[in-house]
Amino acid sequence: MSMYTISPAPHIKSKDSTNRIMWFVVAAILPTAIAGVWIFGPHAAWLILASVAAAVLTEAALGRLMKKPVTVTDGSAVITGLLLACNLPAGAPVWIAVLGSFFAIAIVKCAFGGLGKNIFNPALAGRAFLMLSWPAHMTTWQNPRFWPDVVSSATPLAKNAVEIMGPGSKPSLWDMFIGNRGGCIGEVCVIAILVGAGFLLYKGYIKWYTPIVYILTVGILSRLAGGSFIFSILAGGLMFGAFFMATDMVTTPLTPGGQALFGLGCGIITFAIRKWGGYPEGVSYSILIMNAATPMIDRLTKRRVFGKKKR
Amino acid sequence: MLKSFFGGVHPPGFKTSTKNKNIRPAALPKKIILPLSQHTGSSAEPVVSPGDYVEAGAVIAKATGFISSNIHSSVSGKVLAIEPAAHPVLGKCRAIIIEPELQQKRLDSIKDCADSGFDPGKLNPADILDAVSSAGIVGMGGAAFPAHVKLSPPKNKKIDTLIINAAECEPYLTCDHRLLLERPIDIINGIKILANVLGVKKCIVGIEDNKCDSAEVIRNASILKSDIKVVPLHTKYPQGSEKQLIDAMLDKEVPSGGLPFDAGVVVHNVATALAIYEAVALNKPLYERVVTVSGDCIKDPANLLVKIGTPASELAAECGGFIKKPKKIIFGGPMMGVAQPSEDAPVIKGTSGILFLSKDIAGEYNEGVCIRCGACVRACPMYLEPTTIYYAAKKARFDIVNDLCALDCIECGACSFDCPARLELSGIIKYAKAMIKK
Ligand code: SF4
Ligand code: SF4
Repeated sequence: MSMYTISPAPHIKSKDSTNRIMWFVVAAILPTAIAGVWIFGPHAAWLILASVAAAVLTEAALGRLMKKPVTVTDGSAVITGLLLACNLPAGAPVWIAVLGSFFAIAIVKCAFGGLGKNIFNPALAGRAFLMLSWPAHMTTWQNPRFWPDVVSSATPLAKNAVEIMGPGSKPSLWDMFIGNRGGCIGEVCVIAILVGAGFLLYKGYIKWYTPIVYILTVGILSRLAGGSFIFSILAGGLMFGAFFMATDMVTTPLTPGGQALFGLGCGIITFAIRKWGGYPEGVSYSILIMNAATPMIDRLTKRRVFGKKKR
Repeated sequence: MLKSFFGGVHPPGFKTSTKNKNIRPAALPKKIILPLSQHTGSSAEPVVSPGDYVEAGAVIAKATGFISSNIHSSVSGKVLAIEPAAHPVLGKCRAIIIEPELQQKRLDSIKDCADSGFDPGKLNPADILDAVSSAGIVGMGGAAFPAHVKLSPPKNKKIDTLIINAAECEPYLTCDHRLLLERPIDIINGIKILANVLGVKKCIVGIEDNKCDSAEVIRNASILKSDIKVVPLHTKYPQGSEKQLIDAMLDKEVPSGGLPFDAGVVVHNVATALAIYEAVALNKPLYERVVTVSGDCIKDPANLLVKIGTPASELAAECGGFIKKPKKIIFGGPMMGVAQPSEDAPVIKGTSGILFLSKDIAGEYNEGVCIRCGACVRACPMYLEPTTIYYAAKKARFDIVNDLCALDCIECGACSFDCPARLELSGIIKYAKAMIKK
């Protein structure tokens, strides 16, 4: 045995480990989650806690069962729980959150092989599953608690899918910016989303290619279709989806070019669903569809190798 | 705008502990180990036998063929043995072991300063090549390619540019930086000798912008005497890699599988330029070099002028010994250097640094799973997809590895450095390359 460790170069590594990145992402989602609780009241907090707890417990239990090293400390299950809760209407029953998280972790993540191997964004697939199974719970949105009719309003965005494309709708742009509107827990307060996203961008844990291309695509297409640029990018879950879910590393392309293409695809599909689709909001589905297209995008966006002619 | 290349990483510099320290000569070691292979190419053949007395600077092993290099004794003393001994890169290698005598003597033919009237521009190129090859000069930046080979471009390649590599992008290392500060005139003369052999007009020195003081010195010195240009480069790893340097400075890509010759360029490192000056002007073979001895375990890190063949253990002692228990001993820099099993390995011609790192710096990590963060892809200066190559290699699909252009990998380690899952990307890719070549 030698006295000194022998291993391949490099002998130093950057500070950013998987765990560190994941926990920073958790920190970046927190402002949005907290804003959601502030806007919609304590029930939102219960949903978030239940969702996170269910995600973490499911991952721990499955890890045990499949005799894999315990990975809950890496923070990725916490992210899934948080994201799922942020995608729920504030008035949803707690068991919805628990079931959604269980589905996200057990079926979407672990059944595909766990961290790094899943094809679909677990939180979004969890949400899609809830949407299919309990559409009533998933499309009954609550108004902010400061409004006179706090009781569940009818689906504000679904009322008229075309309406969100134009400036004629209810909340003012400022209201939409600060979160004074109905919607899912995590999608309403744009300013909180931007704080978290700005932090991640600054740290370099997410890159701008996907979210900026995504948001601009939706905005420009909506404008071309006669709607309002600003309104279309503030409306619904676009900001939240673009910065926190379309940037999920595992389920999106590897190269910067591929990531931009991913954003473009998300933007086009979101616009199409909003304009012509039957669903109130296209963000989750467009990201899921593009998740499925990711392996193909990866193949299409292979880079030219240094010193070689363009392939 | 500072010049640079695409990709790369930003490791911490760790240079402050030695960058302001003057080069000082290391004490005479008790034993000298001179491996017969210190260069790329075939090993040298000994021309001395155990029991012989040699003077410093005497040839003790002769080059075998064109891509090979002479080896000279770095001390005067008695040849003890010719036997396998520790080697910093190969693990073990046949070496000539010499015991230095107390009163050191070197060959009379070696001069202390150049003849008055020495003019690098007036020398005969063939004489220069002769001097360089008999002095046993090799690339001193790490790859140790025999210098006379790098100075003999194939007839059909037109060389128009000489680049002097002063990027020194590896963390910790400051030996080239110190040489630029302390020996600028000699280095400039070395550059002029190189320009003469190659018949080029355009000479540019590339220095990372964190070493501006050395850029100033060399610029001032060169303004006085010639038209050598200094180009500041963005501080980024691996800026000192030949291909990346040429890309940054000339906006030219060396074709895949090709050499700098193919881009009309010859690249030499600062220490090599100085060694060439000493060989040509002072008749001094390459038997000593400057080595940065550093790392968080070393009490008094330093830039030492070291006799080639000095074992690492003696240099650690020279620098005050250890203040912490080293976990790794590295020959070279922390990004591309080789970890050693013991302190026995000697300094060879290509050794630019010896680092003694504790577990705080050279931590041990468990490999996780790829989270597809793309950091390795963004880091790779050759525009490869390290994660994809890694997983293909793990499945022993070397055909796929080859299709993914793994052979273009320059083994810089930037991908592994930035991988949050701590995958040994460059290590596995290096292994896969060896498997493809088999
Ligand atoms: S794949 Fe090779 S060239 Fe690319 S970063 Fe890794 S070690 Fe460097
Ligand atoms: S840096 Fe590591 S985790 Fe990120 S994509 Fe490359 S191999 Fe995967």
